[in-house]
Amino acid sequence: MLEVENLRLTLNGNSIINDLSLHVNQGEIHGILGENGTGKTTVANLIMGVNNYKPTGGRIIFQGQDIADLSVSQRAKRGITLAWQEPSRIEGLRVRDYLKLSGNNADAEQAKHYLRMVGLEPGQYLDRDIDATLSGGERKRIELASVLAMQPKLAILDEPDSGIDIVALPLILNGIVEMNRQGSSVLLITHSEKMAEIAHRVSILCAGKIIRTGAPLETNQWFKDNCRTCPHINEPVDEDERL
Amino acid sequence: MIGYSVEKEYQGMIDAYEMAGGDRSVLQSKEVAKLVIHENRVLSSDGVKGIKIETEETESGVNINFLVEEGAKIPRPVHLCFGILPQEGLQEIILKVNAQDNSEVHVIAHCIFPNAVKVIHKMDADIEIGNNAKFDYKETHYHGESGGIEVIPKARVKVGKGGVWQSTFTLSQGLVGKLDYDFEVFCQDKAVAELVVKVYGKKSDDIKVWEKIHLNGIGARGLAKSRLVLSDKAKAEVKGETYGNAPYARGHVDCIELVNGTEAVARAIPIVSVTNDKAKITHEAAIGSIDRKQIETLMARGLDENEAVDVIVRGILR
Repeated sequence: MLEVENLRLTLNGNSIINDLSLHVNQGEIHGILGENGTGKTTVANLIMGVNNYKPTGGRIIFQGQDIADLSVSQRAKRGITLAWQEPSRIEGLRVRDYLKLSGNNADAEQAKHYLRMVGLEPGQYLDRDIDATLSGGERKRIELASVLAMQPKLAILDEPDSGIDIVALPLILNGIVEMNRQGSSVLLITHSEKMAEIAHRVSILCAGKIIRTGAPLETNQWFKDNCRTCPHINEPVDEDERL
Repeated sequence: MIGYSVEKEYQGMIDAYEMAGGDRSVLQSKEVAKLVIHENRVLSSDGVKGIKIETEETESGVNINFLVEEGAKIPRPVHLCFGILPQEGLQEIILKVNAQDNSEVHVIAHCIFPNAVKVIHKMDADIEIGNNAKFDYKETHYHGESGGIEVIPKARVKVGKGGVWQSTFTLSQGLVGKLDYDFEVFCQDKAVAELVVKVYGKKSDDIKVWEKIHLNGIGARGLAKSRLVLSDKAKAEVKGETYGNAPYARGHVDCIELVNGTEAVARAIPIVSVTNDKAKITHEAAIGSIDRKQIETLMARGLDENEAVDVIVRGILR
């Protein structure tokens, strides 16, 4: 479904993404696991085309078409969406209207369903604005509900667990799994091995490069054993040399 | 005036009000206090229990005395409808409001100028809110697309102990023309004042907003809030002033001006002043283009850029 080939991004002479290659299968939850500063959010932004990021090299192929030159809207209309790590707050935009526009005119009953899926009581949230009166965790859950409403072909979820309290975390995990069951492929970006456990495959990101891809249990363990204690974070070396 | 019988005028005002999104049945209901004025003529005036409305037609407008009796809690909003239907005209409204102690009322004013080419609408209001009284005033303007209108609303509001004044002025339909808004509120002990202005300026609109709140009583609270969106060659200057003159007075000035395009000009001048060491006033002002991340958030859900901007603008002016 998504093929990222030798993606590169250089900003102000600094190489941020280095020949990154990634393959996300149809129907897959694919985890990208990385420490802070490894380029996880930048990868998400490049695939979605936001934040004025343009690749300095490589290709982003979605369902057979190179989308690197498409606008954010065009990518969304092809079925890609992004849930930001820190979602925007938009004064005067009510939750019900946000879910409606996200979900191709999702009606009130559907909006309630998506809110319940992320553990929010519809009666308390539908008529609230997605503004500063929401906590960070509430806003994140509404963001996930809006992605659920959109039913995208590929959902890029950037750190969906950050800022989420421990009680709500299982609901978020269930929501992502349910999204996947309903047909969305998911690119799950996280720094948490626990979160990555719901993925079908996990890739480890270091210094803007995928250094390992595999099944969640082994890959998470490798990440724990190597990346958590890595003395040269974001300076990737060959795997053999590292080990 | 030629060609405008009272009946035709009234019908014309009701039609314009409905075209602007109003519900005509409200203006025709006997259970609702209302006042309909076209140019300098009073076309309809009805009070309800607890409300007395007296009017006097003048050469260029109407003098209005609006009384809310002591202790009266008015269950349904009072509707005021002011306007000028011809292309040219002058309307000067002199409004005196007395909301007596412990009263409560919600007033919705519609100001309708759909055909204005050379129109001036002035309102000069002198408003007294009694102790523990609550007055909620919402004024919405509906202008045409020529921009040939000058709107000059001015009000001086005195809020008694424990009283509440809340006003929202909205001008987002049609061209603003020239706006010179000037509201000033004086609050006694534990009184509350909230001034909100929402304006969408386009083409050559020229907008001046001046909100002033004097927190003179112990524990008085005030909010001066403005939301403006400017596109094309519109220009705006917003002054938000709040004075904390008593212990435990709390005030906040909150101004956002969004500029959409390269030729519009926005200025914000927040003035906060404290003359008592137990008072506290804060302010925040943000001027700039519409946040790119907000736009991209909506684009990532499939909206085009223009649609996304429209959603954000409508939200901020809602």
